[in-house]
Amino acid sequence: MTALATRDVTDADVRAALSGVLDPELDEPITDLGFVRSVEVDGGDVTVHLRLPTSFCSPNFAYLMASDSKDALTGLAGVGRVVVELDDHHDSDLINRGLAADAGYRGTFGHEAEKDLEELRATFRRKAHTAAMERCLTALLRADSTLAEDGLRSVRLRDLPAGRERDALLSRRSALGLPDAPDAPVLVDHEGRPPVAGDTAMFLRRARSTRISIDGNAHFCRGLLRTRYEGSGADQAPRPDGAEPADHHLLLPLTPLTSGTAVADATPKES
Amino acid sequence: MYTKDGESYFIVDAHIALWDARAENLRNVHGKQFIDCFYDYHRNLSPESEVWTYDEYLYQGGQRLMKDLFEDGYVDHAIFQPAALTEFYRNGFGQTEEAYELAAANPGRLTYNHNWDPRNGEQGLEQLRADHEKMKFTGVKLYTAEWHGESRGWKLTDPWAYRYLEACRELGVTNIHIHKGPTIRPLDRDAFDVADIDHVATDFTDLNFIVEHVGLPRLEDFCWIATQEPNVYGGLAVAMPFMHTRPRYFAQILGELLYWIGEDRIFFSSDYAIWTPKWLVEKFVDFQIPEDMSEYAPVTTAQKKKILGLNAAKMYGIDVPAELRLPEADATETGPRDPEAADLATV
Repeated sequence: MTALATRDVTDADVRAALSGVLDPELDEPITDLGFVRSVEVDGGDVTVHLRLPTSFCSPNFAYLMASDSKDALTGLAGVGRVVVELDDHHDSDLINRGLAADAGYRGTFGHEAEKDLEELRATFRRKAHTAAMERCLTALLRADSTLAEDGLRSVRLRDLPAGRERDALLSRRSALGLPDAPDAPVLVDHEGRPPVAGDTAMFLRRARSTRISIDGNAHFCRGLLRTRYEGSGADQAPRPDGAEPADHHLLLPLTPLTSGTAVADATPKES
Repeated sequence: MYTKDGESYFIVDAHIALWDARAENLRNVHGKQFIDCFYDYHRNLSPESEVWTYDEYLYQGGQRLMKDLFEDGYVDHAIFQPAALTEFYRNGFGQTEEAYELAAANPGRLTYNHNWDPRNGEQGLEQLRADHEKMKFTGVKLYTAEWHGESRGWKLTDPWAYRYLEACRELGVTNIHIHKGPTIRPLDRDAFDVADIDHVATDFTDLNFIVEHVGLPRLEDFCWIATQEPNVYGGLAVAMPFMHTRPRYFAQILGELLYWIGEDRIFFSSDYAIWTPKWLVEKFVDFQIPEDMSEYAPVTTAQKKKILGLNAAKMYGIDVPAELRLPEADATETGPRDPEAADLATV
């Protein structure tokens, strides 16, 4: 890698690295959400400022995104000093001090931290899978009026139409270590277990409320960021899942359902 | 009361505040951050015509409140749900004396609910009893994300919270409103988790637990818990204004709530002064689930009447004119309470 190391780090390198950092709760890259406020590159030294929709966003998620950002940038070839700062948060001072000192999660939060944030990440990886699964299955239900909720138990990966929603499901399954074989059942929990007979409708319904939550939160957070920081909408990528007519100003084709082929073409980025 | 198309609706606004976030009341930067966060909610979700100036937003006072709710807002009765936030505001955020006096002067129109913090220990318990002696409230609003010295949040399952809930039971304070803000410690897990409500609802079956903001941002966890407990209810504060900019999201929230917890356990709230009730009542009466959302049945006029006022009136013993009353749905003790609210489930 020595040849690469001689090339200066660019703004584009930094943003590409940050696009691998997800908001775990919303299951989207921080670059799509507009959370990257500024990028400054000086030789090999990089300074990045992050911003969030409110001062009171949950500090554990705020810390995860900020520390993941620092890790992603530190891993870039040819990078020198890396400074990541979170702006305008109630815990900005605490988090920024912790990042500067590479104090880690427990070193940053002291008595408020017990072990680590892995369980938190795992919880939201599961929710991301649940939501992606529900989008695919509700799309099938809406497209075929003869299909009943009980019939969803027999749906296999090969039964899903190709497109953005199936791709999203496959990537969420992979993150959980679930199989991607064509005959693998779709309606499963995070360990690949299907619902027991008779519980299918309830299982789907619970998944649906998870999907509604994530989509709703993702759009509300985007909207609040635009309200809080004028002009920040220009830094946001449209989110087709859960989009509404009010999102027209983001030049997003209206998506009447969580399904549909129009949606597949509307996505400039997919994590 | 609000009347449209020959139908009349008795309106109970189940979550209002009389706050003071003016500069002289700010204790530190967090007081400013807090009201700014509210103001962004207000600006982001209100129709343009309903947006206030920042200065108007900092403090309203009793007169303005009475006008916004009862003269302009169609509200028949409103319930104070105060947040103390004494770490952020010198004289607290919710103005206890002012709200209590206003309610005492307008007993037919206003109900004053109080609040407590289990971290105040024995002294707080004594204060609760003394306050109750004076104010005779039947409900409290609990904010689990309140800061308190080194602590930045608490859980309903904390041993001291149980002491306070036992005191509530003894005093006849039966309506426990809970706002699940991001509880901090430990940071390891999801701070919005609502699992503690499940525990206390099981252990205090004679108390009603009203989860404000219907558990948002964790609607799914709330629905699941509320389904299993006969004494858990959902307040629509913060969810209501999504009707304007995000009607499809609101339709899904409402559709899920009707399916999981049923039409008798949902309360309308404007969350005044974050929003004003006038436009919310008008829009809700006109609201319908979009036709293409075939997974939900349409919302009925009777369901709207219950949500807008009859449900909260029943819990608080507020007198409703006979011609505006409705019978309860024949729902099961635990849920899903209204699986018929799902179209797809029945095909």
